Amino acid sequence: MEQQFDTSKIGMWLFLVTEVLTFGGLFAGFGLMQHKYPQEFVAAHEELKRWAGATNTVVLLVSSFTAVMAVLAARTNQGKKCAMYLWTTVGFAGIFMCIKAYEYSVDFSEGLFPGKYYSHHGDLIVGSHGYATFFSFYFMMTGLHGLHVLIGMFLMGWLAIRAKRGEFSDKYYTPVDLVALFWHLVDMIWIYLFPLYYLIT
Amino acid sequence: MSTHTEHAINTKVETAKYLATLVVLLILTAITVGASYINFGDGNIVIALAIATVKAIIVGLIFMHLLHDKPVNAVIAVAGFVFLGIFLMFDFIDVGTRTDPQPTNLRAPAPVTAPATTAPAPAADQRKE
Repeated sequence: MEQQFDTSKIGMWLFLVTEVLTFGGLFAGFGLMQHKYPQEFVAAHEELKRWAGATNTVVLLVSSFTAVMAVLAARTNQGKKCAMYLWTTVGFAGIFMCIKAYEYSVDFSEGLFPGKYYSHHGDLIVGSHGYATFFSFYFMMTGLHGLHVLIGMFLMGWLAIRAKRGEFSDKYYTPVDLVALFWHLVDMIWIYLFPLYYLIT
Repeated sequence: MSTHTEHAINTKVETAKYLATLVVLLILTAITVGASYINFGDGNIVIALAIATVKAIIVGLIFMHLLHDKPVNAVIAVAGFVFLGIFLMFDFIDVGTRTDPQPTNLRAPAPVTAPATTAPAPAADQRKE
């Protein structure tokens, strides 16, 4: 059993590394385009709501805490507590997605669309592709991150149901541990997304 | 970290550890938001990324258990970030060392006055006559 647990965990870490490299490629592209359009990127980031990004950072950090508490509860044979913590994490993830949806809807209403659909008025540098490029990367990266949040919510909901049934114990809590690892990675990606998109100057 | 754990897990100690970690992460978030309102010039992005990296390391060591886990997982995680670092390093060496490839004695383009391809010019002259 122990060897199975260790093997699963190595597999999960390998998967997380592929995730790091996926987002790493996008971060590299963002960095290159920021180098190309420095003024446009600073102007475009002013359109994002700093308070929303900061709130979402706090929400995700707290959700990471509840996720690690769910693992602790599973390891100490507290199935109901584990389910409670998992549902709490799902709740925080839901708050995150609601704030994100609000941000997206405000952006769309101002014409802040990615790529050729960009139709925002009043930009300083007329005819530059820099603004649209910023929002292409913004929607691509936060969208992919949001997809990960949704997948994490689904997985944790499923595990919460299983935890309530008492399927996890100190002898077997592999799924809880691995999904928590995935959730911390989602948190870690946001730790980088937040300063790079919301706080650049 | 699984069934072979020698000591019984002290839930209270672990909870306190995780709570302290969360508080540190929240404080770092507050610092990074606060620092973004002060103009350090090019230092802003360095500060923001340094704090983000500290936060990511804390999450990895404590929340993802790398500190007390089998070292192989840490090796995999670090290897991933090392390769990402190599990738980003060459990217930014590239853009950082690019220069304008035009020669210094390049003259301004000749002013365009009339279409260059006025091929039947003599013919036009003849028509005038």
